[in-house]
Amino acid sequence: MTTKGEQKNFLVRFLTMNTSNEVGGRDLPLWRQLLLQILTLLITLEVMFPIMYIITLSFSSQTTRPSSLQLIPREISFVAYQQVLDRPTANPVTFLELLRNSFLLSVGVGLVALMIAVTAAYAFSRFKFKLRQVLMIMVFIPLLMPAVGLSTPLFLLMNSFRIVECSPGVLAFNPFTTCSTTGKLLFNLRDSLLGVGIAMISGALPFAIWNLKGYLDTIPRELEEAAAIDGASPNQVFFLIVLPLAVPQLAVTFFLGFIGHWQEFALPWLFLTKPQDYTLSMTLYNMTGQYANAIPWNRFSAFAVIVALPVAITYIALQKYITSGLTTGAVKG
Amino acid sequence: MATMEIAGSVSRGARIRRALLPYLYLLPAFTVMAVITFYPLVYQIIVSFTDFQTKDLRFGLASPQLNWIGFKNYIDILTGGLPVQNFEFFRVLTYNFWWAITNVMLHVPAGVLIAVLLNVQGLWFKKIYRAIYILPVVVPPLVVATVWRNIFDEQYGAMNQFLTTVAMWFGATDPVRIRWLTEYTPPIPWLLPNGPLPLAYYAMMIANFWLGWPFMTVVATGALQSIPKDLYEAASIDGASDSQQFWHITVPLLRPAMIPAAVYGFTTSFNLFAFVYFMTGGGPARTTEILVTFAYDLVRNLRLYGAAAAFSVFIFFVSLTVFLITNRITRATETYTEA
Repeated sequence: MTTKGEQKNFLVRFLTMNTSNEVGGRDLPLWRQLLLQILTLLITLEVMFPIMYIITLSFSSQTTRPSSLQLIPREISFVAYQQVLDRPTANPVTFLELLRNSFLLSVGVGLVALMIAVTAAYAFSRFKFKLRQVLMIMVFIPLLMPAVGLSTPLFLLMNSFRIVECSPGVLAFNPFTTCSTTGKLLFNLRDSLLGVGIAMISGALPFAIWNLKGYLDTIPRELEEAAAIDGASPNQVFFLIVLPLAVPQLAVTFFLGFIGHWQEFALPWLFLTKPQDYTLSMTLYNMTGQYANAIPWNRFSAFAVIVALPVAITYIALQKYITSGLTTGAVKG
Repeated sequence: MATMEIAGSVSRGARIRRALLPYLYLLPAFTVMAVITFYPLVYQIIVSFTDFQTKDLRFGLASPQLNWIGFKNYIDILTGGLPVQNFEFFRVLTYNFWWAITNVMLHVPAGVLIAVLLNVQGLWFKKIYRAIYILPVVVPPLVVATVWRNIFDEQYGAMNQFLTTVAMWFGATDPVRIRWLTEYTPPIPWLLPNGPLPLAYYAMMIANFWLGWPFMTVVATGALQSIPKDLYEAASIDGASDSQQFWHITVPLLRPAMIPAAVYGFTTSFNLFAFVYFMTGGGPARTTEILVTFAYDLVRNLRLYGAAAAFSVFIFFVSLTVFLITNRITRATETYTEA
């Protein structure tokens, strides 16, 4: 396996590779050059086909379904974008609410997981202690489970946390206190963004610990040793030296998490029933397949573009870190 | 670590504090994981021995209607005793492996070949091609799946429209109406003896190919750059042809980078939940169902929570096996690199 540093730079090197110092670079015969250009153009067509298709559709003002293939926009109309921002689906929920829910989940889960993970990652990276191996395996085991694998118990456990109004003014907090009669359900943790967030943290936390530990292992220890010799306590070493050094990687872990959580679909789609809690990816699903007959394709396309943009922008901004992060998380599906 | 110890006399209290410090640092993470990861894992195993269903949701494990049925869920899953149509555990399992393996077998060679193509000396517009070829990596798979689903639409989809245009060139008059995602009859019946591979499988292979090869190209390009140029020069002086150079220099030297990438691609495809769920939902008749989408269907739509829990236990052991095998393969390449 190649070293970490090499992998980290794959994407950057892929895009900026220096091609001028290649030997014999100019003597590619013209017929070969043309042949290779045809090949690369064909591949370009393959890559651009769905992208141009969806962009063309999204700029169309026609609400009827496409009757012929169009890959280059004939008109630039923002009607579809406007309609989608106005009222994405038949559900009584605005685009801003969907955006807020997606953001709350992806940013909240990312931040909380990171804050909890960083001290654990530090302990695994720097301390030698008796249960180290056992505890590290305990962190690793959930990583083996595909995210969907824990959805049943999380669903059932969250579902048992309910606030019920037994009679006016009398509340019962299931499962700690219960009503003698059936009351009015006020709140169900399972059917709330909070519950989905907690369930998502369950998957995000082991990943964050593992990812951060891998990075902390690569930070040289000289600084910490020097500080310790100067009389800094281990806590001071952590908060004043390691934490500031780890900020770039904390950011990368956060954004990698963000990319994943932004697309999270399985848990919200399983947990949430109220339209005002829906996220962007749930709405995207609602726009295709059996429920989608009423949604014009130009609106669906505009929505797909909007959902894809934050991820694409984050990726491009972070490209030099992405590959390493992906291979670190290779265990998780 | 020894680095943390300070030479000299340390009082006993300080030593104990130091010994406890790592556990203090682990406390927040493990407290949270105990509640939302480990407890659910245990709960999952407990529930898997019951016939937990919608009627038990109100009282949970204390529900008076809840029956403890031992290993019945596990046996039902293996023998097809679940009250679910068109489900056969070993068919889904083989299909899942087949799906992941065939994907990797297409993505890796295509990715390597395109990387080699982009690496040809003196090729024009290299940088533009590189920037374009990276686009599929940055689009969320969720969006990719929905877009391709529309592309494969029987009536209005771009694929049939494209094929219609091509067919017209050859004199056809009727529009092409291939039922990409709903046709049940497998086009090549003998390909997977264990079960049908419907047209939807090929449609998904096409869509996932679009999604998958660029990542392999990125990895392969990086590895290609680290192959010393003089190896090729020496080979061509010795009279080795281009294809000989490719098979005897490029391929062996790319192997250490491509095997971990292939393993990553395999695990990703193996559990590609959102993509499969968005494109076909496992249909038609569960023929494109993979383990994770079936587990999801058990809990979301069929609401057989006990069976879903048992099924997830199976998934865990399958994932563990996959991990142990792939880990061994990756390890083997590590020693290969060192040698």
